[in-house]
Amino acid sequence: MTTTALKQPVRETSPGAAREPRRRPGRIRRVTLPYLLLLPALLLELLVHLVPMAIGIVMSFKQLTQFYIRDWGTAPWNGFDNYKVSVDFDAPVGKALLQSFGITVGFTLLSVGLCWLIGTAAAVYMQDTFRGRGLLRALFLVPYALPVYAAVITWVFMFQHDNGLVNHVLHDQLHLTDKPSFWLIGDNSFYALLTVSVWKGWPFAFLIVTAGLQNIPRELYEAAALDGAGMWQQIRRITLPSLRPVNQVLVLVLFLWTFNDFNTPYVLFGKAAPEAADLISVHIYQSSFVSWNFGTGSAMSVLLLLFLLVVTGGYLLLTSRGRRASDA
Amino acid sequence: MRRIRAAAVGAVTLSLALAATACGGGSSTGGGSNDSPKTLTYWASNQGASVAVDKQVLQPELDKFEKQTGIKVKLEVVPWSDLLNRILTATTSGQGPDVLNIGNTWSASLQATGGLLSWDEKNFAKIGGKERFSDTALGSTGVQGKDPAAVPLYSMAYALYYNKKIFADAGISKPPATWDELIADGKKIKAKGKSVLGAEGANLSENIHHVFVFAKQHGADFFTADGKPDFTNPKVVEAVKSYVDLMAKDQVIPAGDAEYAQNQSVSDFAKGKQAMLLWQSAASNLKSQGMSQDAYGVAPVPVISGTPGAGTQVNSAVMGINIAVFKNTHNLDGATKFVKFMTSDAEQKILNTAYTSIPPVKAAQGDQAFNAPDTAVLRDTLAKSAAALPQVPAESQFETAVGTAVKELFADAAAGRAVTTDSVKAKLEKAQQQMPAA
Repeated sequence: MTTTALKQPVRETSPGAAREPRRRPGRIRRVTLPYLLLLPALLLELLVHLVPMAIGIVMSFKQLTQFYIRDWGTAPWNGFDNYKVSVDFDAPVGKALLQSFGITVGFTLLSVGLCWLIGTAAAVYMQDTFRGRGLLRALFLVPYALPVYAAVITWVFMFQHDNGLVNHVLHDQLHLTDKPSFWLIGDNSFYALLTVSVWKGWPFAFLIVTAGLQNIPRELYEAAALDGAGMWQQIRRITLPSLRPVNQVLVLVLFLWTFNDFNTPYVLFGKAAPEAADLISVHIYQSSFVSWNFGTGSAMSVLLLLFLLVVTGGYLLLTSRGRRASDA
Repeated sequence: MRRIRAAAVGAVTLSLALAATACGGGSSTGGGSNDSPKTLTYWASNQGASVAVDKQVLQPELDKFEKQTGIKVKLEVVPWSDLLNRILTATTSGQGPDVLNIGNTWSASLQATGGLLSWDEKNFAKIGGKERFSDTALGSTGVQGKDPAAVPLYSMAYALYYNKKIFADAGISKPPATWDELIADGKKIKAKGKSVLGAEGANLSENIHHVFVFAKQHGADFFTADGKPDFTNPKVVEAVKSYVDLMAKDQVIPAGDAEYAQNQSVSDFAKGKQAMLLWQSAASNLKSQGMSQDAYGVAPVPVISGTPGAGTQVNSAVMGINIAVFKNTHNLDGATKFVKFMTSDAEQKILNTAYTSIPPVKAAQGDQAFNAPDTAVLRDTLAKSAAALPQVPAESQFETAVGTAVKELFADAAAGRAVTTDSVKAKLEKAQQQMPAA
């Protein structure tokens, strides 16, 4: 077998009779080989991503409560009931989901906006070489490099009411508040969550924008400077338009990550997040794991998936159309 | 070409292997078997001050068991924050330990999943019979009228721990027996600059244990006799309000405790910052935090009348740990033997002494070790004035829903917002709506 395989290319290149029938196995091989090589990746993808997703979707049509989890094939089908419960906004479950959804949208918009703003500003300032730039860049990336749990639990200690650093600074030293505030319970928890999320997320924006800035030719700035463009105009007319493709991906990724973030709120608040900071991922976790109703939890997850698909699709359509228009 | 062929063969092999493992992941959903009679996996709950302490306590006993039976027990101590999730995952997948500890309040909920071996007469006979265990402990092993889903292992109860020095400084001669006395003592304690009573306001389970007892003291129950949630019953509302009022109105629980969920109130007490603590079997925990045993006293939890007893004089939930056998075990006989070993008189004495809990096995209770003044309080509480938390399948959802409601009420109180009958009722109504329609 090995000998024919070795000989074949030689034969093919030589012109001569009986070319057609010999070529076919080679072509099949050439056509199938890429697929064959892709097969493990494809199967892994199926196993790791698609199968659990499919199972999740199946689960959302079942009445999967504690009575059936042991042998969940026997859980009765209940059609769209889980979905009906989830989107019935007059009933408590749907109302709580809608409220949680609203909070998540607001939180995500603020967090992504701030992450992007701080990250871009820092990247632009770090563009010019100066002493200690490398050190600062490394320092900026620390929050991103820290393990989530270790980082967030440190924030939990800082946000504590009685001996936390935040209250110590705001109340004991700066006297900004009349009395120490609660950050981990009640309405302030939203700002606590936003702070941690932005702190954790902006280095990523910084990293990506820094990379994007490397591709902008310096001559553009030099030419603009010669034409009398100031710093602000250079940023507006050169930097931002050149970063457009980078930003398009960056904002989308930040949006998806922030919207789906589970670790931050979970470590910060535990199983039952305060109402003001009830992000949808923890809300769904509570609806399924804590109340042992995996069917409803799955239905909510599927709805979330659909929402994110629509947003992502719409976003990509809009931004790429906009780009084509501006390119034309 | 040879390299490509090798790659192709590798790719196909890998794919086949993947497919095979994916198919092999399924498990039999039938009962247990005796396929691997020489090993057992045991998930222990975290009873000591840390997971490491538990390993130190349990390992010598497991070695003893191995010597007696030749069965090697693989120990894993699972922290409380993970235990229930791990059990649920094991139940769903059928892949789990052979023997495991469960919080006794989860018994009915886990019983409903069908993942645990039922302890009928026949199974109980293998470990020496049901009569060996105290009735109080057996009352928290599953829905009434059904065979228990687990066997009592350690029993615990709430008691009032008080700092002797702070009491003496404030001129208080004896621990409070009623809530009114506690509130009056609180004023004297606060005058000395100490905080009065600790609570874990953001810990859902702690909240549940307390409001359950308060409801009992107000003559109310969270569930009707036929197991339906009844959270908005005026007496339940009154009871929950009176617990939250310890912070909101009487101000004996400091506002900062509203966000406590990691046993910070135990540290506050151990450090001498706080005069009193309501806790279950706290002795070993306090010792590990450096508080010597003669620095604090132990008294029964206050009741409205001053004398703990049954009915409205209940002053603790029946707390404790049950040991259960996972139905999908591959060593059913070994698992039963292990339960027998852990509940034997000798082991009960050793383990409950180590954890300063009370043995649910009657024969072990008489031991001198459980006659010390502090353990005697716990033992009497269990015997006379403790009530089992509702043994209904929805118990764990109840803990989450009502526990969250109380957490939010504490947050309101801490933020200085008024806690009124209406606001309490609104939170409880929301909690009740989250309960599964039974």
